[in-house]
Amino acid sequence: MNAPADVTLAEICIVALAEAFRGDGEVLCNPMGPVPVIAGRLARATFEPDLMLTDTIAFAIEGNLPLGGDPSDATVESYMPFRSIFDQVWSGKRHVVMGAPQIDRHGNQNFAAIGDDYRHPKVQLLGMRGAPGNLINHATTYWVPAQARSFVETVDVISGPGNDTVAALPEVTGQYHEIRRVVTELGAYDFETDDGTMRIRSLHPGVTVEEAQAASAFELTVTGDVPESRLPTDEELQLIRDVFDPAGIRNGEFR
Amino acid sequence: MTEDEIIGELESGMTIGIGGWGSRRKPMSLVRAILRSDLTDLHIVSYGGPDVGILTAAGKCRKVTYGFVSLDSIPLEPHFRTVRQGGLLPDFMELDEGAFYLGLMAAAHRVPFYPTRAGLGSAMLSENPDLRTVTSPYDDGEELIAIPAFEMDAVLLHMNRADEKGNGQFLGPDLYFDDLFAMAGAKTFLSAEKLVATDDFLKEGPVHTLRIPRMHVDGVIEAPMGAHFTECPPDYGRDEAFQREYAATAKDPEAWAQFRADWLELESHEAYCAKLEERSGS
Repeated sequence: MNAPADVTLAEICIVALAEAFRGDGEVLCNPMGPVPVIAGRLARATFEPDLMLTDTIAFAIEGNLPLGGDPSDATVESYMPFRSIFDQVWSGKRHVVMGAPQIDRHGNQNFAAIGDDYRHPKVQLLGMRGAPGNLINHATTYWVPAQARSFVETVDVISGPGNDTVAALPEVTGQYHEIRRVVTELGAYDFETDDGTMRIRSLHPGVTVEEAQAASAFELTVTGDVPESRLPTDEELQLIRDVFDPAGIRNGEFR
Repeated sequence: MTEDEIIGELESGMTIGIGGWGSRRKPMSLVRAILRSDLTDLHIVSYGGPDVGILTAAGKCRKVTYGFVSLDSIPLEPHFRTVRQGGLLPDFMELDEGAFYLGLMAAAHRVPFYPTRAGLGSAMLSENPDLRTVTSPYDDGEELIAIPAFEMDAVLLHMNRADEKGNGQFLGPDLYFDDLFAMAGAKTFLSAEKLVATDDFLKEGPVHTLRIPRMHVDGVIEAPMGAHFTECPPDYGRDEAFQREYAATAKDPEAWAQFRADWLELESHEAYCAKLEERSGS
């Protein structure tokens, strides 16, 4: 690797998230939040050119729009108001990136509420939003910038069902369910295991298996030697820094 | 008609649908008219934004059916957070935001439900005791969630343009689900930024922006800045500074009471607009 020495954690996470879209082809790539949005745009600008991306308003756009850039500068290739987004969800041609304030070993996710009683939560979070429909219809990746807080033994409530939950449903119900990847500030995880549990796919430079395990309330599955997460190429760094996020918004996600 | 005359047609206990999406093109002059009325015990159906935040925080609601409650640039509506954490909302039905669309469509099409996989395996089903499943009558025999039709006594919408007869026109990037709301409401009322002559509609925007036909509309008023502080493009964007002020009052009952008195409980939409003028001038 001949990446410059000043590669930042945010840039490594962006590349790890972009990798989640590898092989997706012509689907609607729908990342939520700055780091995932940069990752989706980066994937399309480099190795996954057929992805469709929205301006987060109502249009699918071509070209390399910067974060926070004026969407009216971009070329519109299709109209995608919210009703059409839901239709795309149900069609299955979509891969979403969502947050996960709580996620367990089987990929059950909660961004709805914290506390024992959902009808009267201790902390109200976003609510269900689109998680129930997304998970049961198409590929989902999670972006978790603070792993130790989020990797829990049990989620308080399931907004996005995990592999064990879906395995308990009739096979036809779960036929489109796929949790592709979980990316954190420590590494990238997948579920490519016999029992559908979360596996360390790669760890970011300098992070050990012990450190990753210490930042998780559940046991992380390890199969063989754990590789280091891929560093951004020079081209990717240039795109991230000069094109997609010249203002450096990506660095504000780690708190 | 005025805002107060429209709200005068409503009764306590009714189920009321509110169009728009989050903090986007909400009929805020009508929401404020509900706030200053003596209506109570309402069931609100909404892709929720400040409409739900204001009406729940003011204790006007017995139930809310929603896909989310958000101010967009502030992901969770802070007044709604206060209400939920305080256990101050007696009942609610929270649905996946796509599934919510099916409840509107079922009501618009007068069928009891539309089926979906969305919600199977999640708390949307387990935490919603009123939600039922249905088995496909075909050979697949698949079990699906039946999203019930959202029957609504009245629906309130805000459009960019309308004519006196009640035809409505949206000029922004997204109609959201307002056409389904209009069809689903037993009575539907529109406010519009501007009332125009019918033969001027096509000067305002292309023909496919004419999406609310008058046969689904029972009353229309002109309300310039009627969606403020939510966005109403191309007429105006969201008033983020105003929204931040509104949001900040969720943590402090005194500040909330003051904000309500200063802005939300003014005697008319005209008084609100006059005060807004003053604010932007100062």
